[in-house]
Amino acid sequence: MSMQSAQSAQGYVTADGRKIGGPVMEMENITLRFGGVTAIQDISFDILEGEIRAIIGPNGAGKSSMLNVINGFYHPQEGRILYHGEERKPLKPYQIAYQGIARTFQNIALFKGMTTLDNIMTGRLTHMKTNLLSQALWWGRAEKEEVENREIVEKIIDFLEIQTIRKTPVGRLPYGLQKRVELGRALAAEPSLLLLDEPMAGMNVEEKEDMSRFILDVNDEFGTTIALIEHDMGVVMDIADRVVVMDYGKKIGDGTPAEVRSNQAVIDAYLGVSHD
Amino acid sequence: MPAEFYYGVEVFLNGLMAGVMYSLVALGFVLIFKASGIFNYAQGIMALFAALTLVGFQEGQIPFSHLINAIFGTELHHFGWHMPAFFAILAALVIMIIFAWLVEKLILQHLVNQEPIILFMATIGLAYFMEGFGDLMWGSNVKKLDIGIPQGGNFWIEESTAFLGGPDFYGFYLDTLDIYATFIAAALVIALVIFSQYTKTGRALRAVADDHQAALSVGISLRAIWVIVWAIAGFVALVAGIMWGAKSGVQFSLSLIALKALPVLMLGGFTSIPGAIIGGLIIGVGEKMFEFLIGAPLLGGATENWFAYMVALVFLVFRPQGLFGEKIIERV
Repeated sequence: MSMQSAQSAQGYVTADGRKIGGPVMEMENITLRFGGVTAIQDISFDILEGEIRAIIGPNGAGKSSMLNVINGFYHPQEGRILYHGEERKPLKPYQIAYQGIARTFQNIALFKGMTTLDNIMTGRLTHMKTNLLSQALWWGRAEKEEVENREIVEKIIDFLEIQTIRKTPVGRLPYGLQKRVELGRALAAEPSLLLLDEPMAGMNVEEKEDMSRFILDVNDEFGTTIALIEHDMGVVMDIADRVVVMDYGKKIGDGTPAEVRSNQAVIDAYLGVSHD
Repeated sequence: MPAEFYYGVEVFLNGLMAGVMYSLVALGFVLIFKASGIFNYAQGIMALFAALTLVGFQEGQIPFSHLINAIFGTELHHFGWHMPAFFAILAALVIMIIFAWLVEKLILQHLVNQEPIILFMATIGLAYFMEGFGDLMWGSNVKKLDIGIPQGGNFWIEESTAFLGGPDFYGFYLDTLDIYATFIAAALVIALVIFSQYTKTGRALRAVADDHQAALSVGISLRAIWVIVWAIAGFVALVAGIMWGAKSGVQFSLSLIALKALPVLMLGGFTSIPGAIIGGLIIGVGEKMFEFLIGAPLLGGATENWFAYMVALVFLVFRPQGLFGEKIIERV
């Protein structure tokens, strides 16, 4: 179910033959301050439909702040955010989900007391329309809706190969699996933009490879546009189509992994050349 | 079997039913604590307020009539009609939902991200406000609550069990009201469990209880959830208020039933709905049996007043999370 808009001038075709469409999100001159501290300074970039876009940078570069701006947790003081070509007004955090933006968190934010199945079901919330009264009485559409959404969730569970932990409270799962459940919950929303905050953080090599494979598969099978933040350059360079590099709240590089790798400013930032 | 044995059984059954009444109150606490981490000191007053409102509607009392009369020198007291119990309950429920919305709007919304102790203090304030407001709205006289549930000993049970214990035993004495209360409480709990397990809003309630940020990210509005939680707690308070009010009249002391819920919560854990039920039953049975077996014969009686608190104290020392509460793990 890949969906590309052919009319876009900005689209391109990747090395492995995937067609990338027009912009899903455009950040224009974003500046974000916390009191006197400038977390993000005049940054512009776009995220195109169907691509895997990475934001990387050393610790404290402002990557998570950027993700929180995209996600609407933070409202930038300056700049415009265009979502599907339209300027986005400041929304409440919970309304972002209804715009089709789903995310995962750096320090896993799952509902620990709930089962894998229930966790992923909460991801379907934005697609469930029945009112409180019919739910309370388990009446009419509520039951049908529950069953339909359950089927979609089962597909995601199969896709992520977590069938065996379906009924396990997620608090008891090992770290790598929790990350996978969190990805499942975000996928359940069928997002038009999926945000991943350090999806590989704290994982061993094997878990990182698994997660990379799932991210690529999600993008390939569902055509989901993905923006991810990573701290570790290695993995990102393998899976991302284009990379934004941030350092001290500024953008210091933007382009394909190969371009970014050969960018002197990026190399300096990662090798820790002093800022003067 | 000697008659004493059957008296013991009767005490046990009465204990179970008293326990159900404690559970009803404890349930209201658990609902709010689970979803928002607030220990709602006002839960007992909410039950009182709900019962007052119900009686007020039923009797056709004019709200704030004392105030109106004092200001305008009028002699208003009643609308002059009586509302059927069913509609009065619905109307009282609507009032409790409006109350939940107001609590969110006027209190919780302004205290987001505050320490639990601050929120607790706010609920103490709320409790005192509601106490005064309830008095002002409906008057402070003791009221009789009757929604048509029969009261007094159940003859059918008494007669059909009289043969058990020989000539000295006259059958189990069980109050019909308590039997009704047991079934209503059971239905309420089953409904709550199904609601929280199998509906989208129920899942959202549990999600908010677990992680606020994650809940926001999947599109759950915390404020809407808080209104819903307080409305459900208001509904539970209404049911508790009806049962306790029918038993002992609607008066200020009704709000003190909240104190009986505390040991139940210590036992069952603050975060577990089944815990509140089983905790209530254990306390109910425990205090009646203790009085029957040890208290009355050996300690001079009246142990029911303190037994529950002693049990709570023992639990606080040896198992602070209660029987079913989430284990407290401190990471170093």
